[in-house]
Amino acid sequence: MSTVFPQWEVFVRARRGLDHQHAGSVHAPDGETALRAARDLFTRRQEGVSLWVVPSNEIVASDPADVGALFEPAADKAYRFPTSYELPPEVDHM
Amino acid sequence: MNQAHFDALIEADERIEPDDWMPDDYRNALVRQIAQHAHSEIIGMQPEGEWITRAPSLRRKAILTAKVQDEAGHGLYLYGAAESLGTPRSELLDRLHTKTQKYSSIFNYPTPEWADIGAIGWLVDGAAIMNQVPLCRCSYGPYGRAMVRICKEESFHQRQGYQIMLSLSQGTPEQQAMAQRALDRWWWPSIMMFGPPDSDSPNTGRSMAWGIKRFTNDELRQNFVDATVPQAELLGLTPPDNALVWNAERGHYDFGEPDWDEFARMVRGEGEIPDVRIGVRRAAHDEGDWVRKAAAAYAGKRDARSAA
Amino acid sequence: MTADLLTHVLRQGDRALVLSHRLAQWITHAPTLEEDVALANISLDLLGQARHLFTYAGEIEGKGHDEDHFAYWRDAAEFRNPLLVEQPNGDFAVTIARQVFHDQAALLYWESMTESTDATLAALAARARNETAFHLQHSAGWLIRLGDGTDESQRRAQAGVDAMWPFTLELLGADDEGALRADGLIGGSIETAWRAAVAGTLLEAGLRTPTEAHQRAGGIHGTHSEHLEPLLEEMQQLARAHPGASW
Repeated sequence: MSTVFPQWEVFVRARRGLDHQHAGSVHAPDGETALRAARDLFTRRQEGVSLWVVPSNEIVASDPADVGALFEPAADKAYRFPTSYELPPEVDHM
Repeated sequence: MNQAHFDALIEADERIEPDDWMPDDYRNALVRQIAQHAHSEIIGMQPEGEWITRAPSLRRKAILTAKVQDEAGHGLYLYGAAESLGTPRSELLDRLHTKTQKYSSIFNYPTPEWADIGAIGWLVDGAAIMNQVPLCRCSYGPYGRAMVRICKEESFHQRQGYQIMLSLSQGTPEQQAMAQRALDRWWWPSIMMFGPPDSDSPNTGRSMAWGIKRFTNDELRQNFVDATVPQAELLGLTPPDNALVWNAERGHYDFGEPDWDEFARMVRGEGEIPDVRIGVRRAAHDEGDWVRKAAAAYAGKRDARSAA
Repeated sequence: MTADLLTHVLRQGDRALVLSHRLAQWITHAPTLEEDVALANISLDLLGQARHLFTYAGEIEGKGHDEDHFAYWRDAAEFRNPLLVEQPNGDFAVTIARQVFHDQAALLYWESMTESTDATLAALAARARNETAFHLQHSAGWLIRLGDGTDESQRRAQAGVDAMWPFTLELLGADDEGALRADGLIGGSIETAWRAAVAGTLLEAGLRTPTEAHQRAGGIHGTHSEHLEPLLEEMQQLARAHPGASW
């Protein structure tokens, strides 16, 4: 019976001031080991200044089947965008 | 409905993501291809890894260590992409260890001389990059993203290999001869890395239609020859192919027919090296079993302690 | 005999090179693929330190020798590494025990060297200290997991600790470097701090600190165990077959 370590999703902050971004995953027995593995795997070329690891099975994801219900209602709300307001040229930089 | 949605995404050159519905054949073809790619990275560490302890300068030792380390990393990126299709890494490794899944047969050639390390970087990694760059646009999102990362990291692999060949070809007569021997050994195997001729590649059409593959084997092979011949000339080395000649009309090099029987033998895993490669891999896995058990047991104890 | 700065720098460079080489031997044999990457990383850091130290040794010596001269063209008796780092890898527990003992000593050493009156060594120490701090996190983290893991891993971890313990005293400083210390070129003794830190790690791992067994030393004076020569023979073979070649 072989031992299988849990999978962790890795998020890397590339520079101060930027969000953490998903980079990939590692397998590790615990969070500390996962962090070290993530450091070795995803920041060998100075790609990061901060790391998060999250157990993959703790991620709650939206269902692709719900894509219509979740995301399409946002499609016809042009009034949320500045471009849908026509203003006189004198103040159009607003 | 599902199929239509999938087809529409492929048609629009959109990406398929892990949770999307996909045809079983698409999923299976991807798992097979990505796993084989991952296995190749992991097994490919061995022929080069053998030279880390013998590298002839500290700089070369550092470069080679970093390269072999990258290969482990690339294997891990790829196993991650394959896992997103629902097959755990442990199962993929079992398939490698039991020889039910293959790795690239290029790693079943021996590396008897230091110049082989140069030739592998220049030719094998060169061919691999040519194969891999189009995969960055693979229709399956996680595979494409892993390939973007890999291609970015791998660009130094080919350059360091060519630089080794350059040093050798500008070196002592013995070094020059060593470089030519390595080219002689690796030229044809590299040409064959693009797979069988299109006329004999039954899956190419389907893989192209699905956006898993973007160019045919023969197209990539021609690109490789066209790019590599001038590089060999610059080294003052001669590829072992009498039929190699510039065809001005086509705007490409004509080249000879590889020994496809040898290719078939290598793909079947004939010879002693495949057993050595899998043996090393399995031994590492088996001998590491108690370590992995210890780490899992410790994590369990710690969870229990923090819950108490 | 009083050791000069060149000897001191070679002791450190040889230590880093030989241990780097040992760790590189793990690549493709590690217990997990993640660990292949981790051990390669530590090996590379140590190799980088060795290269800086050898380059500096060449400057001090003033005979035009480069880093490769010190790695490839000296025989075992000219190497000045402590015996610990040339010991074979054994199982993963032996490697980890060797690494914990080494990393703890190296961390304390580099921390003290950031204050060195030698600007080159002080600058190198600032970087090496960070690298070594991570190495120690890695090795101590593993020793704790092995010690507090399964019965088998605890048995192996204790065996590894016991096997490597006799080589530790030599890590804690040379008896002939008093003049360098007086000049502020190197720092004070790390022995007390090392013993306390290692005892803490062993305690957390649930492992026994070995009793003061017979200690083996001599590497830093050029008297090595039987394990260094084959290591160097493999490392130097190709370079020595082509004198004067560049690669």
